[in-house]
Amino acid sequence: MTQAEAHDGYNFAYLDEHTKRMIRRALLKAVAIPGYQVPFGSREMPLPYGWGTGGIQVTAAVIGRADVLKVIDQGADDTTNAVNIRSFFRKVTGVATTERTREATLIQTRHRIPETPLSEGQIMVFQVPIPEPLRWLEPRETETRSMHALREYGVMHVKLYEDIVRHGRIATTYDYPVIVNGHYLMRPSPIPKFDNPKLHRSPALMLFGAGREKRVYAVPPDTDVRSLDFDDHPFAIERWDAPCALCGATDAYLDEIIIDDKGERMYVCSDTEYCNDRQQAGHHGTQGGAPRA
Amino acid sequence: MNTATELDLAHMLPGFADPVHDAQRGFRCVLDALSRPGRLFDMTVDVTPPPGLAPAQCAALLTLADCDTPVWLEPGLRDAAAGHYLRFHCGCPLAADFADAHFVVLAGLGALPQRSALKLGDPCYPDRSATVLVEVPELEHGGPIRLRGPGIADVQAISVGGWTARTTAFLHENRAAFPLGVDLLLSCGGRLMGLPRTTIVEV
Repeated sequence: MTQAEAHDGYNFAYLDEHTKRMIRRALLKAVAIPGYQVPFGSREMPLPYGWGTGGIQVTAAVIGRADVLKVIDQGADDTTNAVNIRSFFRKVTGVATTERTREATLIQTRHRIPETPLSEGQIMVFQVPIPEPLRWLEPRETETRSMHALREYGVMHVKLYEDIVRHGRIATTYDYPVIVNGHYLMRPSPIPKFDNPKLHRSPALMLFGAGREKRVYAVPPDTDVRSLDFDDHPFAIERWDAPCALCGATDAYLDEIIIDDKGERMYVCSDTEYCNDRQQAGHHGTQGGAPRA
Repeated sequence: MNTATELDLAHMLPGFADPVHDAQRGFRCVLDALSRPGRLFDMTVDVTPPPGLAPAQCAALLTLADCDTPVWLEPGLRDAAAGHYLRFHCGCPLAADFADAHFVVLAGLGALPQRSALKLGDPCYPDRSATVLVEVPELEHGGPIRLRGPGIADVQAISVGGWTARTTAFLHENRAAFPLGVDLLLSCGGRLMGLPRTTIVEV
């Protein structure tokens, strides 16, 4: 855990208090109506849309001096998006940051849920590009709003059915649609479907922010989150033939990395903290065991 | 909507000592309460509320209310210290009608109006609904009222002072109309408990 010094000249967590109050009120309604997309007045942030402006605004509205922040991008603590967002919050809040999932009270994420199980009291903040699960099936916001109100989700089942007709299986592998608390259809953000089961009755609070689309939504702790499927095509998560090449994990989400121009590839954990921890605990894969720098 | 009387600044009580961080802690308390219905949370922020506002209610309003959110106060409080306090510190309009209010402040469960009088949201925008802050004489874990639903692992038992069959009926109706409805924040002094519209209540 590292402590930072906040810059002078900005309000704590960058946003002004009026904006934070507006986002906070939206978040409270989001928690009270699980899976429902609450409109909010998304602000211009000092980085472009698509880089996590929604998640950053949610984090800014929630974060306090006592928080310990972890930021991940596709499971990694050390990629561009994660490094920059972490350094942004160090500058504008001075809160402690960490790479350890267990130490963190607040975890902002782009497209993964950590492998280390979350615990009660933790808050996950997801960066969401497109919040509306029905958007590519029905472009009109007025219509999708009514469809949510009436729980008219047949069109999504048709889409999944067409997948089966065309590919023999449901081909959606990320941003896999879920039903929250038996009512709202929700995009879990582009997490792999591998992470969908972690949303179901999680002990942590899940908050979602879409900056360009100006929506926040939430899944409270201990809430039913069901991935859509069919009786004869039940939902299933990805499996790999090989364990992680570095730590030997068989229970983690693996990234495929091409390692030469002959098409050789290796599979490694996408969650860098989980992989490092396992290597330090003495687990080995076929291609290593030493902690990655 | 706003009372036109001049603010009584001579007797104005202070708001948050540290507005930025007190509001953040106040928000996290309310967020915890609504994410974990039926659990008691301490509103750790110190405030000196005016008569008619309980400490946790006062801190929640300082945290969340502003010029965009009309607040309903009992008519007797609107032109008294409580109304002046909220107008001065939050800059919020005071609603004369339940139907206009984003926040409704009540001194007991007996004061709950007809559910239909409150802002319940629109089927397409159920978030445009009221949050009702109710001060109760007793608020404890364990007891005859059993809660289930999102945010509750299994069953959460509570006991609440002033709870009547009418309260149960109000909350049953509130649950049945999901996603339309209001969200309740019960308080007892400095303690807070959330009862969002998703909570299933059995007595």
